[in-house]
Amino acid sequence: MQIEGPNGAGKTSLLRIIAGFSQPDDGNVLFNMRNIKEDYDGYAQSLLFIGHKTGVNQQLTAYENVTHWLSVHGYTSTESEIYSLLGKLGLVGLEDVPVRTLSAGQQRRVALVRLWLNDAKLWILDEPFTALDKKGVAMLQSRFQQHLDKGGAILLTTHQDLTDTFASLQTLALEYRH
Amino acid sequence: MHVSNSYWTLFCTVYKKDLTLAFRQRAEIVNPLLFFLIVITLFPLAIGPEPGLLARMAPGIIWVAALLSTMLGLDKIFRDDYMDGSLEQLIASPYPLSLAVLAKVAAHWTTAGLPMVIMAPVFALLMNLESQALGATLLTLLIGTPLLSFIGAIGAGLTVGLQKGGILMSLLVLPLYIPVLIFATSAIDTSIMSLAYSGQLAILGAMLAVAFVAAPIAISSALRVSVS
Amino acid sequence: MWKWLHPYAKAERAYQLCNTLLPYFAVVSVLCIVVGWVWGLAYAPADYQQKDSYRIIFIHVPSAILSMGAYSSMAIAAIIALVWQLRNAELAVIAIAPVGAAMTAIALITGSAWGKPMWGAWWVWDARLTSELILLFLYLGVLSLFHAFEDKKAGGKAACILAIVGVVNLPIIHFSVEWWNTLHQGATITKFDTSAIDPSMLWPLLINILGFAALVGALSLIRLKNEIVQVEKHRPWVRQLVSRG
Repeated sequence: MQIEGPNGAGKTSLLRIIAGFSQPDDGNVLFNMRNIKEDYDGYAQSLLFIGHKTGVNQQLTAYENVTHWLSVHGYTSTESEIYSLLGKLGLVGLEDVPVRTLSAGQQRRVALVRLWLNDAKLWILDEPFTALDKKGVAMLQSRFQQHLDKGGAILLTTHQDLTDTFASLQTLALEYRH
Repeated sequence: MHVSNSYWTLFCTVYKKDLTLAFRQRAEIVNPLLFFLIVITLFPLAIGPEPGLLARMAPGIIWVAALLSTMLGLDKIFRDDYMDGSLEQLIASPYPLSLAVLAKVAAHWTTAGLPMVIMAPVFALLMNLESQALGATLLTLLIGTPLLSFIGAIGAGLTVGLQKGGILMSLLVLPLYIPVLIFATSAIDTSIMSLAYSGQLAILGAMLAVAFVAAPIAISSALRVSVS
Repeated sequence: MWKWLHPYAKAERAYQLCNTLLPYFAVVSVLCIVVGWVWGLAYAPADYQQKDSYRIIFIHVPSAILSMGAYSSMAIAAIIALVWQLRNAELAVIAIAPVGAAMTAIALITGSAWGKPMWGAWWVWDARLTSELILLFLYLGVLSLFHAFEDKKAGGKAACILAIVGVVNLPIIHFSVEWWNTLHQGATITKFDTSAIDPSMLWPLLINILGFAALVGALSLIRLKNEIVQVEKHRPWVRQLVSRG
């Protein structure tokens, strides 16, 4: 599902409420018919959130960032798998330098590696295509398709037109109001 | 892929990350320690070097300096994680946030409190503290500095989302430090008089036990508010 | 539909409750304080030792008691706000805090004014005064934390957490300061002994305490009303209220 709307319409706020970071003024967020507040840690198992701030530490290397994220979320992976994924995303030779020396697009790729390393059902992505080049966007879209084929759900905000890319796309348009 | 990772692994992961970061910027460990040393140096210069007077004031000076220098590192404890979004990732992890918070507080103590405990004999020497008071100084710092990290982290969690949180945080935290200051200095005072100071240590220990249980809960709810 | 309407009804109901309660508090506080002060300042007998200067207790003691009382009610409101997620309780915390801080300040000022003739100094590190000073810091912490947040909703929650942390610490601080004081000063001059106080002084004092309590209640209610209206200013019922004048 794509959420669209002008700047300031509340796209990010909506995603943050659904992810459970902010409280709605009214109403509840249900996941599998259960209020996410009741068992947030359980909900978090099925959740992958990559926000505007991606949670990539600037001082750590790309490899360290990935392994830290994996163990914080209870996933494991092998060293060779992580290196090959980082290579696939165009970060060959940059795995072991501090992330702050990388470009904005490369930093975002370090965060997006997570999409290949999780089994969460629900992905919430705030502007995932920001700073990515065409090849990166295409790679991301094919990964989205894989996830959808496995029965996963993606909730994302973007200003890109995705109607031709995904058959099952739904759009929620937010309006700017005071 | 979803291997059930134990709580202990999470604790170690978060702890290790913070320590790695601290050791990559060694100034963060060294600077508070230098600050501590400089504050202590200022006192003899301000009140005169008479050994008796210094020894009389030593417990207070050492502890006030300890309070101030732990404040230096506190601001950083959640700041970077808040700025780069790691805090959100910690919240959205399937593990309790308070556990990650506990690890971060432990890391703060390891980099800010522990060096002070280790350096305590040097400071005691500088202040002409009598030898029988050295043990008390070490013990109170050992029990008291983790307590400072716990209480301080509450203030840090409450102010991490604010633009100029640093000064506000000291305003919130320093009044809460008062009991630690009173019992710790009195323990050292008592030891100078060669009396038993286990009572004060027991009270400090009890406060640490309460903080160990209650502070992570307060800190994580503060962080949730700051992130929202 | 009800779920959607529920909070509106609640804020409005809270506002109406404030309106109903306010007159009682106001009347009780004015009556008690006037009676208490006239009785205490003019008619109660002078103390045989402190002469007329003791009469400051008719302001000092009630404000000191109420500074603690306001803090505990603020903390209770904070607990309610966090446990049941009630926005109105959060607003109550913000409403009570400055009133409590003012009471603390009054207690401190009258305390030091009383200290001058008694101890010969404006400020003495007496246990009660010191605790009161730290209490003032705690109040100011809650207030400045709330005002530092741009998002008032988050600020209210943060203030609640700090109020609860403060109330847990308050007994420890109080106890430690008391203990520190006995350690360093030996026997301090006890200001007054409740058991020894003469009924002719005790009665006006009690009336004053009641009056101050009602005053704190009334001021907090007024502030709470303002806070509610400010938060709900875009809701229909507030607009109606305004248009009715």
